[in-house]
Amino acid sequence: MVISIASGKGGTGKTTVGVNLAVSLDKRVRFFDCDVEEPNAHLFLKPIINERTAVNTFVPEIDFTKCTYCGKCGEICQFNAIAVLKDYVLTFPELCHSCRGCLFVCPEKAVQESSRELGVIEQGRAGQVEFIHGRLRIGEAMSPPLIRAVKERIDKRQINIIDAPPGTSCPVIAALKGADFALLVTEPTPFGLNDLILAVEAVRALKIPLGVVLNRAGNGDVCVQSYLARENIPLLLEIPMDRKIAEAYSRGQMIVDVMPEWKEKFRGLYQKIEDILNGNRWGNA
Amino acid sequence: MKELTIISGKGGTGKTSLVAAFASLAVNKVIVDGDVDAADLHLILKPEIKTHEEFKGGRKAVINPDLCTACGQCIELCQFKAISKDYVIDEFSCEGCGVCVHFCPVQAIEFPENICGEWFVSETRLGPFVHAKLGIAEENSGKLITTIRRQAEKLGEERGLDMILIDGPPGIGCPVIAATTGASAVLVVTEPTVSGVHDLERVGELTKYFKIPAMVCINKFDINLDVADRIEKYCVQEGFELVGKIPYDPIFTEAMIAEKTIIEYSPNGLSEMVRGMWGRIINRMETI
Repeated sequence: MVISIASGKGGTGKTTVGVNLAVSLDKRVRFFDCDVEEPNAHLFLKPIINERTAVNTFVPEIDFTKCTYCGKCGEICQFNAIAVLKDYVLTFPELCHSCRGCLFVCPEKAVQESSRELGVIEQGRAGQVEFIHGRLRIGEAMSPPLIRAVKERIDKRQINIIDAPPGTSCPVIAALKGADFALLVTEPTPFGLNDLILAVEAVRALKIPLGVVLNRAGNGDVCVQSYLARENIPLLLEIPMDRKIAEAYSRGQMIVDVMPEWKEKFRGLYQKIEDILNGNRWGNA
Repeated sequence: MKELTIISGKGGTGKTSLVAAFASLAVNKVIVDGDVDAADLHLILKPEIKTHEEFKGGRKAVINPDLCTACGQCIELCQFKAISKDYVIDEFSCEGCGVCVHFCPVQAIEFPENICGEWFVSETRLGPFVHAKLGIAEENSGKLITTIRRQAEKLGEERGLDMILIDGPPGIGCPVIAATTGASAVLVVTEPTVSGVHDLERVGELTKYFKIPAMVCINKFDINLDVADRIEKYCVQEGFELVGKIPYDPIFTEAMIAEKTIIEYSPNGLSEMVRGMWGRIINRMETI
């Protein structure tokens, strides 16, 4: 089972929901922080990291003893990562998408495999939780390949919880793809609703069943609830606006650390997801 | 023309509320919503759209089943696992590299230009506004941000304005790089939480990597005074000017629900603090 937690944008409580859910289940859970630009779940789960792997991606390197400056590599590159001059070939590794087109197309085999580092994957353990996250190298623009590398460690036999990055474009799609269920976290404000609608569109485009957690409930208006009712989207959990929760969060504590009774509610959340996937209670979302 | 990008490491720190407040205070500026992935500033500015343009970014491959001979070359060459066993290209996985198009022996793959969003030039009660909407699940948010920044620069020059005020995207990746490189300065809005500090450090490294002068504002500083203190020390150590500390206040949410900037919604109290901070930002910008 793969549950991806997304939100349209950051700061809505995605990580809060993910880490609390992970520690509340009395089962082996694999937790993936796929917000590789700003991974934060480790600050709450506090895993002991026992493995670190650099993730590299292909970039071309030109062997000038073979290159005839025919220009074919520059022509095939859609990302302006290669420019062929009269007697030189410029490569821009940071623009390269690693499609290997230049490598395939070169008639002289003058394009060779080189690599650039995207970031690192760190894996460790926090109690029952097997923890995996990616950290994008500062200055690296492309997060999806690193997200995909993190997700290669999914074990379908276990419960896999994925903390997705914010937004609705390529990084989120990379984190959502292949999930069995998308849990969208929002808050009851016009901004929250606006971003939720975008997230719902993205999840529906990927044809993944979805449900919503409303965070900071009571802090805004009812625009989100009306939308959910209108769209027939199940509201699976409400977390109230509570300064105690905000202060715990600020110290790197989880809700269940300061209010252990919430374990039961997060277990209930998981149960509802299972019910939806089994078509028991909520029908097809 | 000075260009100030407001970023935050991540969403939810109050960035857009602050940008809206600055839009109330700044004169002679163009406002830009650079968070094209999940734009929110229009909810407060209520723009009247004047021009509307399609945004084309890259291409996507499409296999014509009538011509395809199922030879398997494209599947073998695609580095993004975007082509299924029955020769259908998954648009969410296709990066538009064109390798399959080039190597298809029977030219069965088309490569049309992809319309992946739209952008707008609008008028608002607080000044001209350039904003965009990226299509769902589309890439190229960085290119779209660059497009609207160029448009804002053009507009600013035409109208003889002094400043471009950009509400930036979250993170440290492609969209943030596109929204900040070449800007005169960035303001990082952070909050005193352990994750806030972590995000600030990552985004702080980014501004150093690209050599952009950075200022910092701590929002909701009274949620955790110890962490707020740590952030202050971090700023001193890294040479980031701390321009403001704003207390936690539900008035931000109230103003948002009323579709107003906090300066418009409640001119006293908190607004005075934001006004003071804006004065410090302007002073700092003048030295750059």
